[in-house]
Amino acid sequence: MFSKALPTLSIVAFLSLWQGLALFLHSSLLPLPETVAWVLWQQCQSGELPYHLGVTLLRLVVSFTISMLLGCTIGIALGRNEKLNAFFDHWLVIFLNVPALVTIILCYVWFGLSESAAILAVVLNKVPNVIVTLREGTRALDKDLLNMARCYGFSRTKMLRHVILPQLHPFLMSATRSGLALIWKIILMVELLGRSNGMGYQLHLFFQWFDIASILAYTMAFVGVIQLLEFVLLKPLDNLAKRWR
Amino acid sequence: MTTVHIQIHDKTHHGAEKPTIENFALSLNAGEFVCLVGQSGCGKTTLLNSIAGLDPHYSGEIRVGNSQQNPQIGYVFQQPCLLPWRTVRENIELVFSTQAIVPKLQVDSLLDFMQLNAYQHAYPKQLSEGMRRRVSIIRAFATNPDLLLMDEPFVSLDAPMAREVRELLQQLWHSRPHTVLFVTHDLREAIALADRLVFLTSRPMRVLREVKVPIARNLRHDVRIIEAFRDELIHNYHDLHPLL
Repeated sequence: MFSKALPTLSIVAFLSLWQGLALFLHSSLLPLPETVAWVLWQQCQSGELPYHLGVTLLRLVVSFTISMLLGCTIGIALGRNEKLNAFFDHWLVIFLNVPALVTIILCYVWFGLSESAAILAVVLNKVPNVIVTLREGTRALDKDLLNMARCYGFSRTKMLRHVILPQLHPFLMSATRSGLALIWKIILMVELLGRSNGMGYQLHLFFQWFDIASILAYTMAFVGVIQLLEFVLLKPLDNLAKRWR
Repeated sequence: MTTVHIQIHDKTHHGAEKPTIENFALSLNAGEFVCLVGQSGCGKTTLLNSIAGLDPHYSGEIRVGNSQQNPQIGYVFQQPCLLPWRTVRENIELVFSTQAIVPKLQVDSLLDFMQLNAYQHAYPKQLSEGMRRRVSIIRAFATNPDLLLMDEPFVSLDAPMAREVRELLQQLWHSRPHTVLFVTHDLREAIALADRLVFLTSRPMRVLREVKVPIARNLRHDVRIIEAFRDELIHNYHDLHPLL
């Protein structure tokens, strides 16, 4: 019973600490929790927050989908083919280490301040992570199960659906979770540098006005949406796939 | 059912090192139970994998009678190789190319025969090791293969469980005769199961000797008869001593 209440307790403790610090400092640099909540409510009522949040979420969905599809395909191919992996391995390490800021700037310089350049920058930053995760997962596939499927003449689709994807499930979930966490941070940077809407653009404005309450309100809204995705979509999917364990 | 002819060739160049299999040929009569007996490491598993087309280093030709079609092969691996995320029934039915052609009644009857009817919706993790082996045997029998390969399917089972699964296999094969190529290094097990014993040498693998088992099937549960035939083999064939 007590352990079930622990997550709620930790949130209450955090809010209390925040409240105490804000009261103690009495500075506009750290507004009270209720002030942030009030700003959040006002931004929602004015329609500003839902619009910018929606734009950012749309960019997140598009770039996440492209990154996952591309990363999974390339990752599985590299995991299955040693020669292909040897050819691309160095490039993968290079792309993993290129700073996100550099990719974003180059995309904007080369392709202009457009929506497609923004999406491309996010995808280029995320894809190497997905590739590495899926490549390791593919290398760890159970060879006995693959042999069994080959021996019984499983088609490619059947092999993928019944033998490969269930084994890759933990790696897919890991790439999805880390992907969501990483992509929205990159999207904010992309929006801050070259878009005229979205959360990143708004945060940039609030920064110029030193409006800390709005910055915190927008952050809380976005974190809330990501948490909602985790509980409404990812967790149930995860539980469904792991029901045999 | 017709005679099955097997030919395996080495595809790669091994240099000075001798290949596991150079040229191997064996014919099995329809419905015959043949046991391959050889020392550990002589390449028995490699041979079965080559026959099943799973080893890229060897090419094989499996001909069933005069048919030009690819033969249907069933394989009972050393480990059960069941998909942990599929139930017992799903594991069996997945070997059919589409769900529409699954012979439900046959699967039911096989499950019944192997005493697994009550567990058909269980996941492999919920079964004992012996039960998992039985599922892999059902899976191999379910498609009515032209050739059934079995690679020491009772290895790593404790003696009572191995005996129980072996007896069930004997009964199943008796009621649904299939052409079987069974690999083992245990001569007693081979005598208890086989119509014909094929003794193998190692590197390169070749047939050292073939011996028909003259013991009637209904007498093979008698350990003394099995032991007597084993002693007879040891006494008569000195070239088999390293294998026995």
